[in-house]
Amino acid sequence: MKHHIEFKDTQREIHNFRLRLALSLGFVLLLLLILLVRFIYLQVMQQSHYQTLAENNRISIVPIAPSRGLILDRNGVILAHNYSAYTLEITLSKVADLKATIDELAKIVDIQPGDRKRFKRLLADNRKFESLPIRNRLTDDEVARFSTQRYRFPGVEIKARLFREYPYHEQISHLVGYIGRINESEIAQLEEDEVAANYRGSDYIGKTGIEQKYESELHGKTGFQQVEVDAGGREVRVLSRTPPVSGNNLVLTIDAKLQGIAEQAFGNYRGALVAIDPRNGEVLAFVSKPGYDPNLFIDGIDEQNWNELNNSPDVPLNNRALRGQYSPGSTIKPFMALAGLHYKKRIPSYAISDPGYFSLPGSRHQYRDWKKGGHGSVDLFKSIVVSCDTYYYGLATELGIDNIFNFFSEFGFGKKTGIDLEGEVSGLMPSQEWKQKRHKQKWYAGDTVSVGIGQGYNLVTPLQLAYATAILANDGVAYRPHLLKEVQSLRTSEKRILGMNLESNLNLNAEHLALVKSAMGAVTQPGGTAAMAGAGALYAFAGKTGTAQVIGMKQGEKYIESKIQERHRDHAWFMAFAPSDQPKIALAVLVENGGHGSSTAAPIARKVLDYFLLGKLPQPLLTVEEAEGAEDD
Amino acid sequence: MTRRLLWQRFVAHLDPVLLAALGLLLLVSLVVLYSASGGNWSRVLAQMTNILVACAALWVVANMPLHYLMRAAVPVYLLGMVLLIAVAFFGEIAHGARRWLNIGVTTIQPSELMRIAVPLMMAWYFEKHEAMLTLKNYFVATLLLLLPVALIARQPDLGTAILIASSGFYVLFLAGISWRVMLISLVILMASMPLAWSTLHDYQRHRIMMLLDPAQDALGSGYHTIQAIIAVGSGGMFGKGYLNGTQTHLDFLPERTTDFIFAVYSEEFGLLGNIVLLTLYSFVIARGFVITANASTYFTRLMAGSITLTFFTYAFVNMGMVSGILPVVGVPLPLVSYGGTSMVILLLGFGMLMSIHTHKKLVQT
Repeated sequence: MKHHIEFKDTQREIHNFRLRLALSLGFVLLLLLILLVRFIYLQVMQQSHYQTLAENNRISIVPIAPSRGLILDRNGVILAHNYSAYTLEITLSKVADLKATIDELAKIVDIQPGDRKRFKRLLADNRKFESLPIRNRLTDDEVARFSTQRYRFPGVEIKARLFREYPYHEQISHLVGYIGRINESEIAQLEEDEVAANYRGSDYIGKTGIEQKYESELHGKTGFQQVEVDAGGREVRVLSRTPPVSGNNLVLTIDAKLQGIAEQAFGNYRGALVAIDPRNGEVLAFVSKPGYDPNLFIDGIDEQNWNELNNSPDVPLNNRALRGQYSPGSTIKPFMALAGLHYKKRIPSYAISDPGYFSLPGSRHQYRDWKKGGHGSVDLFKSIVVSCDTYYYGLATELGIDNIFNFFSEFGFGKKTGIDLEGEVSGLMPSQEWKQKRHKQKWYAGDTVSVGIGQGYNLVTPLQLAYATAILANDGVAYRPHLLKEVQSLRTSEKRILGMNLESNLNLNAEHLALVKSAMGAVTQPGGTAAMAGAGALYAFAGKTGTAQVIGMKQGEKYIESKIQERHRDHAWFMAFAPSDQPKIALAVLVENGGHGSSTAAPIARKVLDYFLLGKLPQPLLTVEEAEGAEDD
Repeated sequence: MTRRLLWQRFVAHLDPVLLAALGLLLLVSLVVLYSASGGNWSRVLAQMTNILVACAALWVVANMPLHYLMRAAVPVYLLGMVLLIAVAFFGEIAHGARRWLNIGVTTIQPSELMRIAVPLMMAWYFEKHEAMLTLKNYFVATLLLLLPVALIARQPDLGTAILIASSGFYVLFLAGISWRVMLISLVILMASMPLAWSTLHDYQRHRIMMLLDPAQDALGSGYHTIQAIIAVGSGGMFGKGYLNGTQTHLDFLPERTTDFIFAVYSEEFGLLGNIVLLTLYSFVIARGFVITANASTYFTRLMAGSITLTFFTYAFVNMGMVSGILPVVGVPLPLVSYGGTSMVILLLGFGMLMSIHTHKKLVQT
């Protein structure tokens, strides 16, 4: 019985067991099927999707920065170029302890605290997997030393990179400008202009000057490299490559030699000089003194240099030629004379008797001539040659501010010239309307008197005055001043020559022009205000001196140059064109605190003209001391 | 003649069908490991050593009479429990989990031992009470299972805990636990889910959340899963070719030689390779089922069934997690992933299967 039950139980038990085993088998088969379906789904139906994801993982598009276009002067002299140098770069993803690595590196190559600071700044806005330079411009020695020990530094590499260099340093700095690392707002701007993709490999962008204005020409087209990378972002191999297209070379209208001579001629003076070819508007020299070394800015200027530049009383960062606004002083007299003739307020032969001052009818206030006792009988010709103030006080009063404003506006006063540089200011040509708006005051007759000799509200930039001089020299045919002469494409060796821009033709009366120009010619002759600067010139050149007051003089007070602090001395102007009969060059020189135009500004102009017209190199420079005691304005 | 006799004695307790299928899987392991390790021969050689040691273990166990196995059940289980408790108190912490015990010569992971010890103990217990099984017996067996599982889950080692729990469950299921009890247990289990959730470690919750949507943390924990799925999916029908897996060789895959080795295989051999692998596993499992079905005693049936189903569970959970249908619980692909302990435990199990099969035959003849 017992045996029977046990036997029966075992049978039932085995039956139950096999049933459950079969159920398990079904369960196993079901799960295997689920796996199979999943595999088919992933590997057949979704294959292309995951293929793409795997490719995206694997392939990284690495931009190749194009080499930036060169900047050359009109004769092919290089003003900005690139050179290849070695940098020591750290790939962040490969370095565990950054500080320790840098400390170790510092034992092999020279790493200054400034380098660390710069690196930290770069670190703050780095893109993922990017390698960042800890040291630029390694010496051959350093390269050799690192190479022997590179095994110790995984993630640190020596790379050859292109660097920008401005071989003229302080010279031409204001014109050429500089490039610097791209900042946040520039990135935003690039994105807005929809060119951000072209900057993916670029670290630098033009910040000022030509570098900024012609950024799009100079930058070039970024190339791309398809690279296989591993999960750590390390490059495994190159799959394909689209080479970059170098930026275009820019040939400027500037003559670097002329520019250099002009800069030298300033000596220790601050100031500006702009020389223009009046026949086409090409800017031949564009000087703002003092300059600064643009090379300092490329990789971010260090604090010390920045403070030095930014806090200097000489304001070297200010582009005086473009942005400096000064009273034009007597340099406006030739234009006043033309206006007088144009509006028929004066005929050439009409002469005044100059008592040494001018008073408005019904007023006892005396507007003094710079020469005590006056110049005697003064006609239009003489008024320019001796720079008679009294003549122009009267003329201005008769012309009235409206006529003066209209006539001067034609010569570009109070307006931007439209030169191809950013940041130009417009100067100021006052009008009744302007005064009402600006000062909420009506225009007084006395305002016109001061404007008549360039000491009123009027302000000009050296560029503006040079432009006005060029218009005058070219008999009223105005070409917009420009700096870019030619764009050269390296790839196609195609050259784009930029034409001249005819701005306007003032349709001035030829006789009026001839008279004023001949008077300006006499300024540089014996008896003229710039006779000393004109002495011995082998060509005829026309000019006009000017003085811009820095501090006002009280009625009856005498301006004694030697008693006034250097910074409070008048600014000296000189405008000129040469040769007088067929001008090839027109220029304006401003010497800050130079005293009188004849003593400091005119000699600079003479040196520039001598070189430009004769190829003559200047004599040793005039020092500040020598310039004292020169003839009056 | 004596040599031949010796050979016959040597292979007498081995199962050629099972051995062939296992051999092929181990071959796959070495081949894939070479690729997954980036052509590192020392890794491959180390795995060969693991295999040799594990094969020796297999042979020893296969030649062990069944009553030896039964006799070992209680001491092995007790030893395992003692070690687990020791781990809980003196274990070494690595990667945020207390799983290892330093026994002077080396560090061991007692939870691995429990993979065999728990089903062995439960099968032994059921065999002992075979004559009249009551609900109480099932309750005691469940307790024998839950104690070590709880200790292991606490370490925390969710993967091993789940797998041991499932191996124990298979014993219970095959031992004939009533459907009603299973259903009630299931209801209780579901009801206690929120409580269980609150006891889980953050990283475990994270892994479960990640399963639901790996993309929500694509660079964090979800990264592994996503990269593995990309590897599998991009393998396509025929794979990218041996040693040509980009996900593998460009370091996008994590744990390439261990938990995620299936992604390497799948990327390089594609769907076709996967079907081959599934077939090999099916073969092993099928043979396991045959042995189980023909096992002569209650103990051996339970043991063989549990070993077979647990082996399948390992394979399923690993492939499921790599292909993104199960959470990443840290389970290696059985017989393929690199690792010594796991290899030894697995082949030990197959040794038991062979012992069960061959000793029964000997009894019959």
